Amino acid sequence: MEPHFHPWIILFAPLVASAVILFLLPRRGVAAGIVAIGAAALACGLSWRLFLAGVTPVVAPLPWLDVPGLFSVPITLILDRLARVMLVLVTTISTVVFVYSGGYMRGDEGVPRYYAALSLFLFSMLGIVMAGNFVMMYIFWELVGVSSYILIGHYFRKDAAADAGKQAFLVNRVGDFGFMLGILMFWLATGSVAFSGIEQNISAVTLHPGYLTAAALLVFCGTLGKSAQMPLHVWLPNSMEGPTPVSSLLHAATMVAAGVYMLARIFPVLLAAPEAVRDVIMWIGAATCFAAGLMATQQDDIKRILAYSTISQLGYMVVAIAVAPAGDVAVFHLFTHAFFKCLLFLCAGSVIIALHHEQDIWKMGGLITRMPLTALCLVAGTLALVGMPGFSGYYSKDLIVAYAHGDNTAVFWITVGAALLTSFYMFRLFFVVFLGSPRSEAAGHARQSPAIMTLPLLLLAVPSIAAGYPFVARHFFDIPHHETPHIVHYALLGALVCGFLLASALYLRGPGRDPLRIPLFANRLYIDDFYAWLVTRVQGGLAIVSSWFDRWIIDGLVVTGAARTVWLAGYVLRLLQLGNLQAYAFFFGAGVLAVLCFLVFR
Amino acid sequence: MSPLLSLILIPLVTAAFCMAGSAPRRISLFGAGANLLLTLYLLASYNLEIGGYQFVGGRLLAPFYGLAFSLGADGLSMVMLLLTTLVTLAAVWVTPPINRYAGMFYACLLLISAGAIGAFVSTDLFFFYAFHELALVPTFLLIGIWGSGERQRIAWKVTIYLATGSFVLLLGLIGIWLAVPAGLRTLDMRILQQLGVAGILSPGPAVYLLLLAGFGSLIALFPLHSWAPEAYASAPAPAAMLHAGVLKKFGLYGLLRLAVPIFPEEIQQFAGLLLILLLGNIIYVGFVTIAQKRLDLMLGYSSVMHMGYAFLGLVALNQIGLAGMSLMIVAHGLTIAALFALCGEIGSRWGTLEFAKLGGLAAGAPKLGLLFGFAAMASIGLPGFLSFPSEVLIFFGAFAQGVTGGFNIYQTSVAFALWGVVISAIYMLRAYRRIFWGGRGVAAVDGVGDVSCAVRWAVILLLAALLVTGFRPALLLDYINPVFDYFAP
Repeated sequence: MEPHFHPWIILFAPLVASAVILFLLPRRGVAAGIVAIGAAALACGLSWRLFLAGVTPVVAPLPWLDVPGLFSVPITLILDRLARVMLVLVTTISTVVFVYSGGYMRGDEGVPRYYAALSLFLFSMLGIVMAGNFVMMYIFWELVGVSSYILIGHYFRKDAAADAGKQAFLVNRVGDFGFMLGILMFWLATGSVAFSGIEQNISAVTLHPGYLTAAALLVFCGTLGKSAQMPLHVWLPNSMEGPTPVSSLLHAATMVAAGVYMLARIFPVLLAAPEAVRDVIMWIGAATCFAAGLMATQQDDIKRILAYSTISQLGYMVVAIAVAPAGDVAVFHLFTHAFFKCLLFLCAGSVIIALHHEQDIWKMGGLITRMPLTALCLVAGTLALVGMPGFSGYYSKDLIVAYAHGDNTAVFWITVGAALLTSFYMFRLFFVVFLGSPRSEAAGHARQSPAIMTLPLLLLAVPSIAAGYPFVARHFFDIPHHETPHIVHYALLGALVCGFLLASALYLRGPGRDPLRIPLFANRLYIDDFYAWLVTRVQGGLAIVSSWFDRWIIDGLVVTGAARTVWLAGYVLRLLQLGNLQAYAFFFGAGVLAVLCFLVFR
Repeated sequence: MSPLLSLILIPLVTAAFCMAGSAPRRISLFGAGANLLLTLYLLASYNLEIGGYQFVGGRLLAPFYGLAFSLGADGLSMVMLLLTTLVTLAAVWVTPPINRYAGMFYACLLLISAGAIGAFVSTDLFFFYAFHELALVPTFLLIGIWGSGERQRIAWKVTIYLATGSFVLLLGLIGIWLAVPAGLRTLDMRILQQLGVAGILSPGPAVYLLLLAGFGSLIALFPLHSWAPEAYASAPAPAAMLHAGVLKKFGLYGLLRLAVPIFPEEIQQFAGLLLILLLGNIIYVGFVTIAQKRLDLMLGYSSVMHMGYAFLGLVALNQIGLAGMSLMIVAHGLTIAALFALCGEIGSRWGTLEFAKLGGLAAGAPKLGLLFGFAAMASIGLPGFLSFPSEVLIFFGAFAQGVTGGFNIYQTSVAFALWGVVISAIYMLRAYRRIFWGGRGVAAVDGVGDVSCAVRWAVILLLAALLVTGFRPALLLDYINPVFDYFAP
């Protein structure tokens, strides 16, 4: 088999698995799992092979949409270093989570549907990673959206899950609205939708800085939706209604990072754009990473804490796109974050399963003796996330904060503040869940989960610790050398310690309820409520007014009115049809007289 | 004689048998299936290298007027035939047991199909018009006899509305005919198109507006749309499938055939007007759709809304937009047919289409849920279905009329139309969530069973067509692209 054929196998193996499950195994849970895991493992193996080979294979494009001479969108695969790193990352984590799902979803009647959607997700995510042009990226962008919709709505009988799936899809569509408009603007100006073509012809747009700014920011709207940046972040915490492995793979490690990956992909275009573009991106990222951190401190649901943490970390990546001289800085954090956040979610999942689907941290407690392995892995993930030296998150986050320090002092202190919040809410989670005494019956009887679920935890713990070490990272990234000022180290370490001390002061003894009550944060800064108002009042109001107008004015007044007028005219004319000869003779005579009068007295 | 004649005759003869015979369902399935197979055969034997009108044949009837019964099909007609025969087969297939006059019912379906096919393969202006009129009669009967709700009032309303629209259209067609220089006077649409492209035939803005109003009311262009939702809600599902899926497309087909080659200047001159009207379809009707509380009305409005995209492709007036519009005709026809089929199934099984009374159906009817999910995704233009490439082409085609460095009326309209993509996701996902997900509604009783075998396979046929062409739009574009070659720069 020719090596350049491998990328197609990587891409389509999960799609084939999805179709096989849907059509051939709609009721066979175990077989569906085996097929899905097999396809993911195949894609993973080939991705590693491609990565280790270290060369960029050229793959012949497949024609897709063509209007000869005017418009052409082929399916082109890009396999540069960035894409190969992402391939390895996505397929590896996917394989681990696919296996873990086998344990987590045991006994669920919807397992085939679950694996079909999960495989569809993997296919779409790989499509985003290898997309060579904007339209192709948009295609797979939408497809990850729909697989996320199906997976969030897995427990579709639950109203909350059904609403969350719908909301996730719609919020992403709002982002994609801007994304597509930006793509159209770039196409009109440069005559190309391919990333390479746009980069080559970027000089055609730089003449119009306003246009370029608008186009770049509209494309960034895609990131706002997919990577849950403010103000489109609301869907991600709600997406936690899906099964935990889904939260782990889609809504923490891979899919939500697609927005950051897209920005890294078009990094040269962003560099050519006016400064204002990167300013907007930087401030949105900074606001997101801090505000999400605030919201995370007051959540009671173990998965929602992690979800806000994900939003916050995505904010760091977005800041990195704006302040760093290379996209690799953001992707480096994406890479380490994927491992440790996936690990954290899978730990949370094994806690949730052990407690029979209990997610409220105030009903846990004392689990460290009952689930030591899970606790250990969660500690490893936490230390990586808070940026403990020696753990992967330290290296990638430090780099971002260091670049922020060189670029904008205010943003530097915001990111340091967000690090403090991270440390606070993560240690709060650990203390409340694992220390103290059990606060519910289920927590008292919790057991360590089976090997199919603990093995993935251990597998992920290794890169969570080691993925950031320079001797590992240099095989994956081209990090520009940067002298980190001492103040960055001290500030971040200080933030970490402060967060830890604050959390231990409040939560170390495992209180029965939260001693800290800040309604503003607990209610997510009331942003969700504002959107609910917008949807029911504004959109619903507009819809009702339009509907009323359509029914009573357009159909009622105009159409029926016209019909009535015709009917009335007919009625009047019918009055004249008397069927009486004398009457007709009279009308005739009157008519003749009228014509004569007109002719004579004109 | 042209093989296209058999495409018209098969449904006509089948309809006659239906009215006389005793097994109308079997006969009509056979006729519709045979027509689909014949169409596939013709698609395969259409020579793409040569292009243009093929399978030509005809007979001169009235030399003085240039009236001839002449048939022929170019790439666009071929694609329309594929749509028509696919939807016809699906509509016949999903027809539930009919209590009264079953033979008549099937005959009416087949007559609509025959009328549509006749309109799509006629190259003579008179028969192009007459075949469409022929199809309006069975539509009237289907709503009036087998409809639901206030069927008689609605049947009259729709018929008068559409007949008035057709009459305005007729005035426009006469206008075109009168504008042909006396020596060349003909009803042959192929010659009319050539004259238009060559700039010899330009009947002027008044005729264009007549044409736009006439075709517009058949297509449900805002504000001439209010007949459509009621009609589709009242009509039996197979009739709604055929009308929304095929017959309504006659108007779009006519615009592509006549308005584009003959009135390019007028289309540009009145672009502002048309853009506002089509945004009325997309945005205003979109909001009306959101407000609907019943699935059948919602689907009716959504079908009106999607016509806005087709008009956007028209007003773009370049090969990209027109190709997109042609694909949209097929994509929307197949999608709305699948949705109406499933809607009919829900209505007949659970006895209501009100969102408030349904809910949680996916638990008891997973196959129905899956099929509806696929159809809903096709409707909101998810990649993988034909709807997506058609929307992409329309948006890019219309945006191509914009300017770099600024934002003109075309670009602004595309931005609004893109917002329509959000709107359609809102109402479709909401409907799906309310019908299939969440807790059980009062009408969502158990033991009703899953989707029936006939509806299942008919919808799978339509969805498979959408998926195959969505993955390989070239299958259709190879036929469509050469049709608009006269726009090549």
